[in-house]
Amino acid sequence: MIENLPRLVNEDPAIVRWGRRMNETFMVEVGDTQYLLTVRDGKLEVEKGPFAQRAWRFAIRAKREAWEKFWQKPPAPGWHDLFGLLRRGEVVFEGDQRVLMAYLMYVKLVLAAPRKA
Amino acid sequence: MKLEPIVGRYLQLNQSRVYFEEAGQGIPLLCLHTAGSDGRQYRAVLNDSSITANFRVITFDMPWHGKSSPPAGWQNEDYRLTTSSYTGMIMDFVRALGLERPVVMGCSIGGRIVLDLALKHAKELRALIGLQTGAYVERYYDPSWLDHPEVHGGRASGAVAYGLMSPLSPQAEVWETAWHYMQGGPGVFTGDLYFYQIEGDIRGRIGEIDTRICPLHLLTGEYDYSASPRDTEAAAAKIKGAKMTVMKGLGHFPMSENPQAFLGYLRPVLEQIKNSG
Repeated sequence: MIENLPRLVNEDPAIVRWGRRMNETFMVEVGDTQYLLTVRDGKLEVEKGPFAQRAWRFAIRAKREAWEKFWQKPPAPGWHDLFGLLRRGEVVFEGDQRVLMAYLMYVKLVLAAPRKA
Repeated sequence: MKLEPIVGRYLQLNQSRVYFEEAGQGIPLLCLHTAGSDGRQYRAVLNDSSITANFRVITFDMPWHGKSSPPAGWQNEDYRLTTSSYTGMIMDFVRALGLERPVVMGCSIGGRIVLDLALKHAKELRALIGLQTGAYVERYYDPSWLDHPEVHGGRASGAVAYGLMSPLSPQAEVWETAWHYMQGGPGVFTGDLYFYQIEGDIRGRIGEIDTRICPLHLLTGEYDYSASPRDTEAAAAKIKGAKMTVMKGLGHFPMSENPQAFLGYLRPVLEQIKNSG
């Protein structure tokens, strides 16, 4: 799912515009698999781990089963939003929360993009 | 072109200039908006002729919100909503407009404060409707980020509100609802959340609510994870006679994110209130 994100995001100007000022790298963890998502002016690149000594500004970590529920079309109540997962204790945010909160709408739209596929 | 029947006016009340809108005639129905938003959330209720035929629907923007001003000197203080300031403001507004035994309907923080109104002002009110009511919501994120010079408060607050809506709600109404959040002043949403997440814990008192004096209807959207159906059920279990309905496919802002679906749930409740006199 994460591997498909660059195509789903970069071809959708309605998502790209929310990250237009964003130039950051953040980590998404799907179970044991790590991904680094690098954003340049709203366009996304994805690298799959494992990584050695790579920096990121914030990380979003959840189990594979949680992401699968999050990506269902439509998702069930409480599984439909990152903060919904947060209230359930199904996701962890680490690192620089200021950057995450500054680009929260973009990050939410990016991570929900697999539902469009 | 369509001219809506809604009329807006200003009321000078307690050192604030308070904006309110109304439509219709009959039983007063006062509608309370959510934290960090304003009365536009009730646009569909005010525009519904089947409701305004029997109800005088009124909504005011709380001071600091929407088109209402903060009090003079606002630049010198942090805005913080409390149970007593919120209930006081509602009852002052009711008296200022001379509303006789109104129905009060509130959502989220408004769904919480109707519980306090039920405890303190039941005899002055005809009925209460709580939307997305919970007696308490623990903090699961840090709202201070919504009031931070290095984070755009409108963008962040809009993103928080966006997530609380249902993925099944119509996109135009979802983004209209998010827009209201994006227009909020700095620190206002956070100041409301002080009441919602800290000061306004009412779990210990709701068992004293007497629904024989003032009926209490609780309507909760199933996609809300802030005041979830489980939170409303927990509150309803402590209040004898409270009537609860789960609204399928709706989220935290039912009246605004999916007005047509919400009206389908609201009309029968209002009909029941009208018929019970």
